[in-house]
Amino acid sequence: MSEIQLNQKNGTLAGVLGSHMDKILAEWLREMSNTVRRSDLIKESDLRAECSRFLQLMKQATELDGNNFQSPAFDGVRDMLAEISRNRSQKGFKPSETATFVFSLKRPLFNEIQAQHKGDAEGMAAGIWSLTELLDAMGLYTTEVFLKSREDIVRRQQEELLELSTPVVKLWEGILALPIIGTLDSARTQVVMESLLQAIVQSNSRVAIIDITGVPTVDTVVAQHLLKTITAARLMGADCIISGVRPQIAQTIVHLGINLLDITTKSTLAAAFSVALQRLGITFVRETVKS
Amino acid sequence: MVVVSAESVPVKSEPDVVAVRRRVREVSAQLGLSLVDQTKIITAASELARNTIIYGGGGTMQVQTLNGPRVGLRLTFEDHGPGIPDVALALRDGFTTGSGLGLGLGGSKRLVNEFEIVSRLGEGTRITITRWK
Amino acid sequence: MEKIPILKMGDFLLVTIQVDMHDRLAMALQDDLTKTISQTDARGVLIDISSLEIVDSFIGRMLSNIAAMSRVLDAETVVVGMQPAVAITLVELGLSLPGVRTALNVDAGMELLRASVGANKELYGSRLR
Repeated sequence: MSEIQLNQKNGTLAGVLGSHMDKILAEWLREMSNTVRRSDLIKESDLRAECSRFLQLMKQATELDGNNFQSPAFDGVRDMLAEISRNRSQKGFKPSETATFVFSLKRPLFNEIQAQHKGDAEGMAAGIWSLTELLDAMGLYTTEVFLKSREDIVRRQQEELLELSTPVVKLWEGILALPIIGTLDSARTQVVMESLLQAIVQSNSRVAIIDITGVPTVDTVVAQHLLKTITAARLMGADCIISGVRPQIAQTIVHLGINLLDITTKSTLAAAFSVALQRLGITFVRETVKS
Repeated sequence: MVVVSAESVPVKSEPDVVAVRRRVREVSAQLGLSLVDQTKIITAASELARNTIIYGGGGTMQVQTLNGPRVGLRLTFEDHGPGIPDVALALRDGFTTGSGLGLGLGGSKRLVNEFEIVSRLGEGTRITITRWK
Repeated sequence: MEKIPILKMGDFLLVTIQVDMHDRLAMALQDDLTKTISQTDARGVLIDISSLEIVDSFIGRMLSNIAAMSRVLDAETVVVGMQPAVAITLVELGLSLPGVRTALNVDAGMELLRASVGANKELYGSRLR
């Protein structure tokens, strides 16, 4: 191998990573500690191991296919970046702090490339440009994955919340109650409606009480959804009673001109339960206590 | 948007309505639509297929499954009948020129996520409905 | 042509719809049922639609018609077993089947029929007295 070829190889990212790995790692860690190291979120030793593994993967990838981030040779690098982004988004890092994992690698690598190309301005410019492109692509990739995993978390939480917020409880053989807490929007109402109707069939319940004590406001849309639920239940052969209608909600309903005439409404869940028992022909008798 | 599969189903005579329902059920179940969503698009298809036969003198239903970014089912009903003179009026509940309840068009619109109607007098009517997963 | 069977159980008629209803079949059922009500002096009709996967406006109208016609013939109609997904869809479509009585299943429907026919009998008896 001639001296020039050797120099060319040494001047590439692969070459630099091959011959100066330890120095780059040390400088990278120092760089990170100056900017965004979060000792509260990640241990020093873990970070070092992570960075070292990452540089190894970079070296393998660049040896195979230069600085081309899109190439299959970079699969390992991409996977690791994705894993790091996901981990950090779960641990509570900011997106900029996560991207800095990549960007703080700029200075150590630039320094090395520069040193290798001493006296060769053209080669140095080309090396640095290609390196910048690679690091930018990697930085953007971490941000993308970071945002995506945040979105996944939000979506999962929304789904869990929806399920949590619609418990259908059995009060008596043939009587169900659905206490609604919080604001009703279209998506939630659909879940509420489906789970109530499903529960009616499964438990063979003739009466369902929808308790809206915990619903802050009732607008036209919400009232419309409630009416639809009640109509659907009636089509299946079950009666609905609305309970927990507070005075201001009663006022809104009338002001909005919503017709709840055909629907039994009660101010408390207890009153609704009593009506439900009556419909099923169940009565309670207080026994006189024998002394 | 990527069309994954497309096929055409004849909507000529009354027994075809049953075939339309059956085909839409199969495809929507394959796509993994929820039971309620399946029921909604099958019902809408049933209404529109009947309209195609009664008012459009028969036609076709095109079934397309969509993917990317969203998964969905798109049905296009097309006939070469007389067309609808006043689409807005035809969409209103309770309006009918036939003997039905007048819920077919307006009702189908409420059962799907997207509803598009193109009608030209003397040329025919094309209604496209989409239900997303 | 295929037909939907109508079973006679005491004073009541039981119809279980199990096939995918096409429009002509629905019309035929309407005819058959009204004929059978008047032939047998049935007091109640139970229509079990628990295996129906959809009810569109045509089938919905048939159910409403049967209920109205049987009422004229002095028989009560109860539609039983509508599935949740079908009910939700029907409401969204804009049909609420006013005038049609409903029950969760055949048992509950029978109970409802017995109660309403029994109440009518009592009324009739007290008038006689």
